[in-house]
Amino acid sequence: MSNTVQQTLTGWGRYPVVKSTVQRPENLSTLSHSLSSSASQLARGLGRSYGDAPLNHSGQTVLMERLNRMVAFDAETGRLRCEAGVPLHEILAVFVPRGWFLSVTPGTKFVTVGGAIAFDVHGKNHHCAGSFARHVECFELLIASGEILTCSRTENADLFWATVGGMGLTGIILEAEFKLKKIASAYIKSFNIKAKNLDEAIALFAQYEPLYPYSVAWIDCLATGRSLGRSILMFGDTASLSDLSPQQQVNPLPIHEQSKLSIPLDAPSVLLNRYTMGSFNQLYYHRQMQKEQRAIAHYDPFFYPLDFVNDWNRLYGKRGFVQYQCVLPMATSHDGLTEILQRSSQKGWASFLAVLKRMGNQEAELLSFPMPGYTLALDIPIKPGLWAFLEELDQVVIRCGGRLYLAKDARVSPASFRAMYPQYEDWLAIKRQVDPDNHFRSTLSERLEIQP
Amino acid sequence: MTKSVVIIGATSSLARSLAHQLAQRGTNLYLAARDEVELDRIAQDLKIRYHVSVGWSRFEALEFESHREICDRILAAANPLEGVILCMGELGNQPTAQTDINHALAIIQSNYTGAVSILTPLANALEQQGSGWIVGIGSVAGDRGRQSNYVYGSAKGALTLFLQGLRSRLSKVGVHVMTVKPGFMDTKMTFGLPGLFLVAQPDDVARDILKAVQKRKNTVYLPWFWWGIMTIIRAIPEPIFKKMKL
Repeated sequence: MSNTVQQTLTGWGRYPVVKSTVQRPENLSTLSHSLSSSASQLARGLGRSYGDAPLNHSGQTVLMERLNRMVAFDAETGRLRCEAGVPLHEILAVFVPRGWFLSVTPGTKFVTVGGAIAFDVHGKNHHCAGSFARHVECFELLIASGEILTCSRTENADLFWATVGGMGLTGIILEAEFKLKKIASAYIKSFNIKAKNLDEAIALFAQYEPLYPYSVAWIDCLATGRSLGRSILMFGDTASLSDLSPQQQVNPLPIHEQSKLSIPLDAPSVLLNRYTMGSFNQLYYHRQMQKEQRAIAHYDPFFYPLDFVNDWNRLYGKRGFVQYQCVLPMATSHDGLTEILQRSSQKGWASFLAVLKRMGNQEAELLSFPMPGYTLALDIPIKPGLWAFLEELDQVVIRCGGRLYLAKDARVSPASFRAMYPQYEDWLAIKRQVDPDNHFRSTLSERLEIQP
Repeated sequence: MTKSVVIIGATSSLARSLAHQLAQRGTNLYLAARDEVELDRIAQDLKIRYHVSVGWSRFEALEFESHREICDRILAAANPLEGVILCMGELGNQPTAQTDINHALAIIQSNYTGAVSILTPLANALEQQGSGWIVGIGSVAGDRGRQSNYVYGSAKGALTLFLQGLRSRLSKVGVHVMTVKPGFMDTKMTFGLPGLFLVAQPDDVARDILKAVQKRKNTVYLPWFWWGIMTIIRAIPEPIFKKMKL
């Protein structure tokens, strides 16, 4: 067993802050022997989940950052096998120059493979490519008994599906095998179109989504009245060589650059109020003058617009922030989104970054977040009164048959969680089999009273 | 023809950082260490990421009889040889070493006598070739015997003297020998230890090592400010030093 040390940890939203005993195995064999007999444990990748999912205040946190070996790659099929601590940005750095890209990528490249599976992350192509798990062939899972099980759709299939989206609560993912996708260039042919309100945004999603594998919308959640839900929709597809400028054609597969920008200190929270955010949103909406705009963009700004500032979470001040991300089924989306947007703009619960996206079919279902419908994400700085307001939104989400993304959550109640995830009991039955003593725990699992 | 670099003790985090940076610039590698499973995984990782050729052999510092054969295997595979990096060593446990002589000897062998045993034939091969370099990772712990880790420190100190003599001998034939004295590094050796300060990342130390060997430095403290810290520590008069808790 490796050394341990007490550390103060938070998720990306910097709320809550907890102390945990931390160990950092250097390789797979140390990790396989690092199961603690007394304390509960939780694997942690890069800690990019927002709330309390990457924390374990009552036990041990196992840092996965040094488990970062790539162990096999098949250049015919694009199948990569690597340790769970490999971050996506390293996969891009190695494979983009060879013409491969992640089949599914979340909005930051600073997450690990293990984290991507444990939260079954989705990206701008969910409507056609599904979530991360769809591209995963198999993984090795260290369970509470100390056994290492291979999990796939055919082997230990129950455990495979319970681990996908299972937030590290079934065991520690050691190594995974998944497919990359072929690309002709590192550029995206992008198409932006403005929608003057929510109705138009939904209509434009329906119209353009079949034409583009990537789509997302920035939505002004402070606009009211007839402008409620005004947005800029962004569509994209991998650019082919002929789309590129002669200069880009010389090297069609450049990788991202390392960001050197950091936020040196926490922004004072007074800077974040409905007026500053309202002006920001106003400017952002009007920045694009024309109704439509086409461009060739590198994958880095297209997929990871926020990665260029290293600690952008500090902009939300010392108290931190939460991201309220929900998904509503297609049938209730329009009315549900209208209600949520009305409530936030009325009460002035501001957000710089509100993101709207249409989701498609979803394969993994137990605790995975995605479902066919619309997902809305609001970044909200923590202020008094926020919890009560979000409780109200939870009720809207539950009434619509939707759910919250637990990777972003820090506060939903155990009862609301159960109402949002009707397959929770099925998941729990599998957890009970592999982890009857609840060895794998997190601050989130304790808050949600997840007990086998 | 692409040259090769040999790394002895290739599974440590500093060795991994060095291997990545060398492979990134297209250098072929040959790795030696105790843990075969881990060696194979590290070699795969380097091959996938950088498209270089990576060979490896199991190497156990305490099994002296096997060193000659391992060395032959290394020299056959890593040809032409650009350089050798010696990263081996175990911190051990000082209190244990004070009562268990076998533990004390194991620390000395993994840090010093084992190093002499594998390095001598490799140095001779470089001498014959008339070019190349050797980097030996010593430690600031070898600069002065301290009550908290003097067994480890004495082995690292001995290694420093060995490298010094070797440097002088091989300088006549154009082979450069560099001694590195890292301060605290963020590795499994130090993770969770209390009282550490100014802990450096292995990636940064590796980058500085490769820069320094290119400039043909003789001895480098890394990060550089450890030179100042150790100058002060060495300057403390013994009557005072022996009463300190260092």
